Amino acid sequence: MAGQVAVGSRSGLRSALPLLLPAYLWLTVAIFLPLSAMVFFSFMTDLPLSGKAWSFTLDNYMTFFSQGLYPTLLLASLRLGLEVTLWCVVIGYPAAYVLAKVLKGRSREAIFLLVILPFWSNGLVRIFSWAMVLREGGILDTALNAALPFEINIDLMYSYPAVIIGLVHSYVPYMVLTCYLTLQAIDDSLIEAGRSLGASRLQMLKRVIVPLAMPGLVAGAALIFVPVVGSFMEPRILGGRTGTFYGTIIEDQFVAVFNWPLGAALSFILLAVVLVMLALASPVLKRAA
Amino acid sequence: MAGVQVSNVSRSFGAHKALDDVSIDFADGGFYALLGPSGSGKTTLLRQIAGFDFPDSGRIAIGGESVERVPVEKRRIGMVFQNYALFPNMSVADNVAFGLSVRGEAKAVIAAEVQRALDLVQLGKLGSRRPHQLSGGQRQRVALARAIVTKPRVLLLDEPLGALDKALRVDMQIELKRIQREIGITTIFVTHDQEEALTMSDRIGILRDGRLVQEGPPEEIYDSPKSEFAATFLGDANILRGDTTGTGIRLPDGTAIAAGAGATLAAGAKASCAVRPERIRIATNAGSADQTNGNMLRGQVSKRIFAGNNSTYFVERDGQTLKVIVQNTGIERLAEGQDVMLSWSPESTVLIAAN
Ligand SMILES: Nc1ncnc2c1ncn2[C@@H]1O[C@H](COP(=O)(O)OP(=O)(O)O)[C@@H](O)[C@H]1O
Ligand SMILES: [Mg+2]
Repeated sequence: MAGQVAVGSRSGLRSALPLLLPAYLWLTVAIFLPLSAMVFFSFMTDLPLSGKAWSFTLDNYMTFFSQGLYPTLLLASLRLGLEVTLWCVVIGYPAAYVLAKVLKGRSREAIFLLVILPFWSNGLVRIFSWAMVLREGGILDTALNAALPFEINIDLMYSYPAVIIGLVHSYVPYMVLTCYLTLQAIDDSLIEAGRSLGASRLQMLKRVIVPLAMPGLVAGAALIFVPVVGSFMEPRILGGRTGTFYGTIIEDQFVAVFNWPLGAALSFILLAVVLVMLALASPVLKRAA
Repeated sequence: MAGVQVSNVSRSFGAHKALDDVSIDFADGGFYALLGPSGSGKTTLLRQIAGFDFPDSGRIAIGGESVERVPVEKRRIGMVFQNYALFPNMSVADNVAFGLSVRGEAKAVIAAEVQRALDLVQLGKLGSRRPHQLSGGQRQRVALARAIVTKPRVLLLDEPLGALDKALRVDMQIELKRIQREIGITTIFVTHDQEEALTMSDRIGILRDGRLVQEGPPEEIYDSPKSEFAATFLGDANILRGDTTGTGIRLPDGTAIAAGAGATLAAGAKASCAVRPERIRIATNAGSADQTNGNMLRGQVSKRIFAGNNSTYFVERDGQTLKVIVQNTGIERLAEGQDVMLSWSPESTVLIAAN
């Protein structure tokens, strides 16, 4: 079947060209040009804008390797990406399953809306609402103290868990959406066939549903992992002093220190690392999918 | 292996009664067809027997053991779906092995059983293929092998041949029948194709609007239908309506029709007579009509459909169209518009109470 699709798309390429043109134009203008400029900057000693003298250099890239701080932060960010992706799987996959296979009609639409809602709300609003919930004397603290007979002190604000919570909340809709799409495409009669053969629900999940939904899981993971590794808003606002990650360091270079060349170089190192990781993972993922 | 008893089973979806007090006894080792128009409740009944859905009331027993609250996983049934429902992420062999491997059978046992099942459906060499690399007929065989490899007590098939073209369908009918005989499994087969039901099954149950209309061997239902619906749905009988005389009916125009089979009814009530198209003789005039045939009607040919080995004549009489099927003996071909005399024996006439 894959073969047929490939043949079909090749013969249709010529006629599809006019349709693709706007997209390619947009990609060129919006992504390729600025990105090229950034590549250029990353090899310069200073920005050419201020009239100061500048020259080409590899120093920006060398900085990453000469100071232990950057690799350490990159590792911390990769770990953050991994953890957030994992939580998104743990939360998003079952939610997608329930949406696709358990709920029907009205209730499905309602829950779907609830899942997608964070998607549509402004990122900053979302993060500051979490700040109100998580801080000492905040909503979570007050509610728990009102409900529990003993005194507890919940202050998750400015901590690693707060960053995780904020990021998972922001990114879990991706996982729900991609998994929902693949799960929904699984014919119910497959599940019935499995049950008629004596498979328990867990066995069905393991041997039929998860393998068939793997493309959605992989797509969701990629959509989440990559931006989370470079994220800076959630770590900064919810993490406070503990929220220093690779993404926040890059942001600093652009908005605080005004060392654009270093910021650009750090970005491209991140991009390279992520690409290498995806390339290494792709044979495994392809087999799973 | 085991028989299945369905007793007084009802199932409603909202206000709609999909099954209404259905009782059928499926004998051990028999091949049973559930026949009925679309929406008559065939699938719903099969799903109750399989355990995908539970009846609102009534009993279901497999091998004498009450199962109406037992879920499908525990019923030890084999099911074949209309769309095959093969697992696309597994090879043909893994599909067939699935039922055994979830049961934790030893690898060597599984491999041997799978090979045996694939050989039985004549797909012995295709074990390593993926489902999407198979034709429709081959997929159906895989689905069958997968359903029987676990040695279920009952084999359930929901319109399994519906998606196949005519020629392949006939092949698969023969094949399915052969396999069923070979392993002797109780088989319940849902179809809306009366020919399929007639040729394949030991017994047929006809469903209509969630009720069991009639049940019995194909010949019995064909020869003595108990309702107009059974008479017309299975074999498309001609129906003549009138007032019963006790041994037949009197048509509105006064003609008497003698019936040698069917219900015994008190004279005067509304009733109908069913007669099969192939039992009617057609002749160009009263003289050449077979006088030993007790029932005679005059009519006019309005249409003739030639089908090679036979022709169907549509004969108009008293505002009604009767169908007559005549074997192509090469002797007589009647033209449209010709006046004819129809005749048939009382033994070919079934008296049916009006419904
Ligand atoms: N899950 C269900 N929910 C609501 N109505 C149903 C459901 N399953 C079947 N029905 C209804 O029950 C009737 C019988 O359906 P079904 O058993 O599928 O008929 P058949 O297989 O004979 O075509 C139909 O009117 C159908 O709409
Ligand atoms: Mg059906």
